[in-house]
Amino acid sequence: MNSSGLLSSAEAVTINVAAFAFTMAIFGVYVAALGHNPVDVYYVLYLGSFARQISIESTLTNAAPLMLTALCTAIPARAGLLVIGGEGALVVGGVATVLAGVALGDAPFLPGVAMMCLAGALAGGTWIGLVGALRQYRGVNETISSLLLNYIAIALMYHLITGPIRDWERVLKTSSWSIPESLRVGEMEFIGVHWGLAAGVSVCLILYVIMRRTTFGFGVDILGGNPRAAQMAGLPINRMVILCCFIGGAMAGIGGAFEVMAVHGFASESLAVGFGYAGILVAFLSRQNPAAIIVLAILLGGITASGGLLQRRFDLPDATTQVLQGLLFMVVLASNAAYGRLSVFQPASWRTA
Amino acid sequence: MDAGDISWWSVLIAVIGGAIRVSTPYLFVSLGETLTEKSGRVNLGLEGVLVVGAMSGYATAVLTGEPWLGVLVAGLAGAALSLVHALVCSLPRVNDIAVGISLFIFGTGLAFFLGKPFINPSAPRLPDIDFAWWSSSPQVQSALKINILFIAGFILALFMAWALKTTRWGLMLRTVGDSEEAAKALGYNILRVRMLGTVAGGFLAGVGGSYLSLYFPGTWNEGLSSGQGLMAVALVIFARWDPVRCFYASLLFGGATALGPALQTVGITTNYYLYGAAPYFLTLAVLIYSSSPQKALEGAPGEVSINR
Amino acid sequence: MTRQGYSRRSFMHRAGSLMAASAVTAALPGMVAAMGNVTVGFIYVGPRQDFGWNQSHWDAAKKVAAIDGVTVVEQENVPETAEVEKVIQSMIELDGAKVIFGTSFGYWDSLKKMAIEYPDVLFTHIGAIWKEGDPTNVIGYRGYTEEAHYLCGIAAGRMSKTGKIGFIGSKPLYFIYNNCNGFVLGAQSVNPDITCNVVITGDWNNPVKEAETTNSLIDQGCDVIIANVDSPKVSIETAEARGVYTCGYHSDLSPLAPKGFLTGAEWNWASGAEFVEAFLAGEPYPNLKRGGFKEDMVQISPFGQAVPQEVRDEVMAAKQGFIDDTLMLYKGPLKDNQGNVILEEGEVKANSDTPFKLGVDWFVEGTVG
Repeated sequence: MNSSGLLSSAEAVTINVAAFAFTMAIFGVYVAALGHNPVDVYYVLYLGSFARQISIESTLTNAAPLMLTALCTAIPARAGLLVIGGEGALVVGGVATVLAGVALGDAPFLPGVAMMCLAGALAGGTWIGLVGALRQYRGVNETISSLLLNYIAIALMYHLITGPIRDWERVLKTSSWSIPESLRVGEMEFIGVHWGLAAGVSVCLILYVIMRRTTFGFGVDILGGNPRAAQMAGLPINRMVILCCFIGGAMAGIGGAFEVMAVHGFASESLAVGFGYAGILVAFLSRQNPAAIIVLAILLGGITASGGLLQRRFDLPDATTQVLQGLLFMVVLASNAAYGRLSVFQPASWRTA
Repeated sequence: MDAGDISWWSVLIAVIGGAIRVSTPYLFVSLGETLTEKSGRVNLGLEGVLVVGAMSGYATAVLTGEPWLGVLVAGLAGAALSLVHALVCSLPRVNDIAVGISLFIFGTGLAFFLGKPFINPSAPRLPDIDFAWWSSSPQVQSALKINILFIAGFILALFMAWALKTTRWGLMLRTVGDSEEAAKALGYNILRVRMLGTVAGGFLAGVGGSYLSLYFPGTWNEGLSSGQGLMAVALVIFARWDPVRCFYASLLFGGATALGPALQTVGITTNYYLYGAAPYFLTLAVLIYSSSPQKALEGAPGEVSINR
Repeated sequence: MTRQGYSRRSFMHRAGSLMAASAVTAALPGMVAAMGNVTVGFIYVGPRQDFGWNQSHWDAAKKVAAIDGVTVVEQENVPETAEVEKVIQSMIELDGAKVIFGTSFGYWDSLKKMAIEYPDVLFTHIGAIWKEGDPTNVIGYRGYTEEAHYLCGIAAGRMSKTGKIGFIGSKPLYFIYNNCNGFVLGAQSVNPDITCNVVITGDWNNPVKEAETTNSLIDQGCDVIIANVDSPKVSIETAEARGVYTCGYHSDLSPLAPKGFLTGAEWNWASGAEFVEAFLAGEPYPNLKRGGFKEDMVQISPFGQAVPQEVRDEVMAAKQGFIDDTLMLYKGPLKDNQGNVILEEGEVKANSDTPFKLGVDWFVEGTVG
């Protein structure tokens, strides 16, 4: 990394740390106004999110699906599309995984899991790919179509799990058939977090490399930055947009696959619990950078994880963490205005000084 | 007339009644978003604003016993929250869509936080006007009990359509939203116009929320909004930034929502999840049919980021 | 009991929890951590003041908290995902919880998994589907609310003028079918010609749909409404505003409808307090507890002022019938609403016949929907 790269990284770190500190200060005032000692609250936030092994495990468990759903917004956004369909893509991915798992029956473990991931990815990818195709060939606004497809995906899933693929043996909750026990992946050996985390981190890193180091990645950046320039450069715009949407959807679909393979074993209403919407936030905060998504998903997961202790220790409502998240992200976004303003990070100011 | 006829007739009445009952929040939020987008900004946070409006309106009505005061407070709370959006978006290099999403999270979080003590108590409801004096049928009477906010929303839609087209304020708003260059040339204060557009939009969305909590369904809990605010933002694009079309779109959406329960009461009980998704299927179908790849949507403000 | 779950990791968990507990008490003065105190954790799927399902468990939490030496910690809005396992672990390791009440159906798999990992912690679940081979430190318990619905049905059958009553269900699950059947059979026991319209909303909590459904049912002529959703508050208030009768579900909703409230089917989750007492005293506890009025697992809400004395007497007589085991909910001849014969003349199912009830996915004759 050259020196200007180092400087801009230092600038980003400084600004983000300052934004975090500022948010915590506001939050401290807020809880103090409610009659709590802010220092105790800070401590419990830390205790619940990162201080112990169980806290870290909670944090990472919450973060895992967000990494995958964030990509569903981030990758299309690099090509200039605002897709908010991660929730729907995760749901169809989960349902496809169940169907694949049931069809595979007693397939050997590794190929079976690979096929289920593929099924989830194909379903999610097609779902969001459709959004891209509608946009390119019919001019349908991708934000609305992906929002509508969220509701449609959830309705289809409910329809399937209460009828055609319902497992009536599960008497307490309307659920689909279960995948075979032999194809469940469960938690990792060395930490109490399911394999979806490893999948999320890996695909974020792979996509980081693809978007930063390949011609495809450069082409997408040109397209996202200036569609007209991309057109003049003769890039296959339609195909690139649809491919970006497909990749994004596929990642959320893999998120659904891991919810099924690692957590539930079947599809149910628990697939649609807002992972997709939280992912949008992560994508925007990471500025569509797949590597930064890992960090921000963990931050978001940590705040959620500490919410339980805030309830139990201070009787604060569960929404406290949501307030904190919203506040933090608002401040971080506002801090974007500070880039380029801090003279210490401008080499020009050194020379004149 | 046999029993079957009565049932189908009542499905129709229920859908009409449902369209009127369910549509009002969509109408207010979409009118608010139209104002905001006409000024050149997108506020995706109106879902959060709607929920804050619902909670603050309900809380006010519980504490004071005055539902109309609740409506006013809901509007003011919505305006205050949107002011945050407007201020943050006035900073350079800040993405309005991202701010909207964090406002969505912050707003719902704040409403759930402060609203906990109000889940249990009951609030007085807003009154309605009986438009069915001519009918002896209880079904018709219940369908045509119309809340004043619905009528206000209808009048507001007409007024906004007129004002945007013909008044100087409307021209200023449209110019700022269409082209910053032109607005600068005309000497308009772009930031101030956008701030007003966003704050006014937030006021309307807050009022829309108070309709949910104070009239229909008339309660406060954390599942009250099932995405009405988010959907209403989509309806704006669907309605091509035209206030009167927002009214039609909201009615269509409301009626489609009422279809599922109405069909189930007459014994059509299979596939209810699919009927429940009818509004979304319908909106998507109309959107695909009416869009065109060749030209941008007519009526689209040029400076709005989701159109570029 | 098998100890396969006792891995290196769970040993580290336990060691860590000791350190965590001491660290927290040291760092946070004024927090409850007196020695000898036992912490009981309650996990809710929604807000605990919802005038419904979660509130019925909150009532139980208050009973448990009243036990000497017991501290209750509560966490609301915990989704039925991987998160609930982490919440349970956090309660055990950071709060030192010895008993966990998981109050939502979808927690079942997670509770079983955690019970193997923490064999010295007691877990309770409200689905009552514990079976031989499941961990013995898990209790499943649940009341037969269909019996209480039968009593609501008697009141509804007596009070309905139109001969049409309405049932709003959330999800197509066996207990919703049983509750609806209880409601209809109760109504038919006093008015054989009565019919009931059923609407399944498909959601546990969707106020707009519930209000719209209530209006639709009333438009169809139904004049008594009961809603089996997480919080029947909206439905009851809507019906009250339109001047029809209502019955409650989950907890006591009589204050919401002073004019039209008849009575309601309530849980009595407070029996969970007995498990805690037995567990603390080292006495045996059941792994599965089901029951109706006879076992004091369900109850009915106070009658509304609209209900005349003779109807109240009739309802109370039926309640006594359930207590004495002289009144059976499902007895022949019985057909479902598709015309299939369920029970022949003279065939009777005991009120405690759980396998039969778990298989109910039909509505009795007279039900539209």
